Amino acid sequence: MVAENQCHCEQAQEEELYLKLQEIIKEHQRRPKELIMVLHKAQNLFGYLPRRVQEMVSEGLNVSLNEVYGVITFYNFFSTVPQGRNNVKICLGTACYVRGGQMLLKKAEKELGIRAGETTEDRRYSLGIVRCIGACGLAPAMLINDDVYGRVKTTKMMEIIERYG
Amino acid sequence: MNLVRNHILISIDAGTIMAGARAVEKTLVDEIAAQGLAAEISVLETGSIGATGQGVILVVYPEGVYYGNITPADIPELVEEHLLKGRPLKRLILSEIPKQHVIKKEKTGLLKEQPRIVLRNSGIINPENIDEYIAADGYEAIANALTAMTPDEVIEETKKSGLVGRGGAAFTTGMKWDFARKAPGDIKYIVCNADEGEPGTFKDRLILEGDPHKLIEGMLIAGYAVGASKGFVYIRGEYALSIERLEKAIGQARQYGLLGDHILDSTFSFDIFVMKGAGAYVCGEETALIESLEGKRGHPRNKPPYPVTEGLWAKPTVVNNVETLANVPEIILHGASWFRGYGTEKCPGTKVFTIIGNVTTPGLIEAEMGTTLRDIIYEYAGGIKGGKQFKGALVGGAAGAFLGPDMLDVKMDFVNLKEYAAVLGSGAILVLDEDVNMVDMLKSVLHFFRHESCGHCVPCRLGTAQMVKIIDRVSASKGKKDDIDKLLNIAQVMQTTSFCPLGQSLYLPISSSLKYFGKEIRSYVR
Repeated sequence: MVAENQCHCEQAQEEELYLKLQEIIKEHQRRPKELIMVLHKAQNLFGYLPRRVQEMVSEGLNVSLNEVYGVITFYNFFSTVPQGRNNVKICLGTACYVRGGQMLLKKAEKELGIRAGETTEDRRYSLGIVRCIGACGLAPAMLINDDVYGRVKTTKMMEIIERYG
Repeated sequence: MNLVRNHILISIDAGTIMAGARAVEKTLVDEIAAQGLAAEISVLETGSIGATGQGVILVVYPEGVYYGNITPADIPELVEEHLLKGRPLKRLILSEIPKQHVIKKEKTGLLKEQPRIVLRNSGIINPENIDEYIAADGYEAIANALTAMTPDEVIEETKKSGLVGRGGAAFTTGMKWDFARKAPGDIKYIVCNADEGEPGTFKDRLILEGDPHKLIEGMLIAGYAVGASKGFVYIRGEYALSIERLEKAIGQARQYGLLGDHILDSTFSFDIFVMKGAGAYVCGEETALIESLEGKRGHPRNKPPYPVTEGLWAKPTVVNNVETLANVPEIILHGASWFRGYGTEKCPGTKVFTIIGNVTTPGLIEAEMGTTLRDIIYEYAGGIKGGKQFKGALVGGAAGAFLGPDMLDVKMDFVNLKEYAAVLGSGAILVLDEDVNMVDMLKSVLHFFRHESCGHCVPCRLGTAQMVKIIDRVSASKGKKDDIDKLLNIAQVMQTTSFCPLGQSLYLPISSSLKYFGKEIRSYVR
């Protein structure tokens, strides 16, 4: 990248992301069946899928904006609101539920001051619920970004969460 | 070349990584080098060894000593005691060694322990090295099939083996292939359903993490039998390590000419692509999965037409579960009659079970079809945790059935369980002890279904919402007298009128919980 683009101003950084997205879309140009794959990549880039991203994907892949929106809201994985830098998810699968997953969620909601599906004001954490992640032998489980934590205790939970800046 | 004196296997799967396996591995390798043993001792990564909740696990060969709950701080002592002085370090040895053979359905005491089928290589070979899979007879089945068998013969052998789908529906695999083979059209697809989402099930993840080449070989054989040239693996987006290992394995197979054009110099060409799912339980249903593969919302389709005639992009498509496909290479290699030597007459082979909940050692086992629930819980999983009483088990995931204490001696296979109005499903067994509150259990199941109902059809969309409302007030002791009957009634309507198995299957957990624990549940609404 050229030097002028390296300024710290947020807007310029965002524009850079849009340029990258443009390249991704080019690879999948007019191939509607690759929509979910493109959305995965786009969310990786932005952390969420704002309206402008949806519009670009819609145009590039030749899928109506309504369909793009439909797919995004159907799957748990995609989000239309900004996510925090760290994604905290509590497993509420049957095994975790029985072993106190609900208590973990309540505690996290209280400590972070947000509800499941929301993001803290400083964008440090997003809180969510995840369906069974197959860590049932270690219930209750918590997922932070790609790291899985098992046998989480309500007393130790915040200590783990705070390790993520 | 140096002769290696010891091999140390370290289990690298999602569970042990969480317990710090990477740090232990690094410390171990460094320590071995520091002691000047690098030429004599080799450290190998493998998949899950079959125990969960035991922290980082190492196995030292040739002695076959299992160590558990290892931390980097233990490594210097371990290396000094066991590897330098040859004295196994007792304090870290695992008391319960994970079973590396098939759990037999009846204990005759005569038969020698049989090697596993599906999990034969898991926890033994390095899943990231294709040579190790080949050394364990890997890719021999596809080579045999390509050189000595016609596609019809492959289908015939699979039919004769009696293999049925291991994802839950238990449809005969050979027949599915046959339908797709006979369906008109030049382009056909094999789809592997790795969207494992049934609560309590993690067998597919461990197969993918521990032996990804076995899945590739199974898909190759299926592709050859059906006449397909492309395969897709639809895998859960959350399974990061599975995705990484599978993609690596596919890359190696391509390099070796085991995927691509003219495989092993035959006329057969086949390639496999990985597609990440985006988190929707309903996508475990095969037509919903196909919709999702096509980049759309995962709504189930009308059947017929079935996928075998009109599936992915309206082409004949076979959708098979990971475990089903992992059985295929062994069947082709050893023959149908060998396979029928396992399990029961009506339901041959083995099943991979995940045992979770209130048991002493939760984990993963491969047991013969027809093994009793009692043996699985008490022989393998060490019984109920803390010596408590067995209250019941939820078998087959959230869409499964509860079983009460008088069902402990039921033989676990697809055919037999049906007679007791239960299902084997994905093979998840959630064990409940005397302290578990059944209303809470139902609440968890119903909340799950409401969240995962896709909204496509009315009975399921509204039914699950109403049921959650009812169970919430029952659980808060504010239930009305006829609330429990209402739950059953709604579930019944959903069973007969829902569009896909998601809505239809909710009747099972409700009716079975009332069958065995009706008194307790009804006591909430008096």
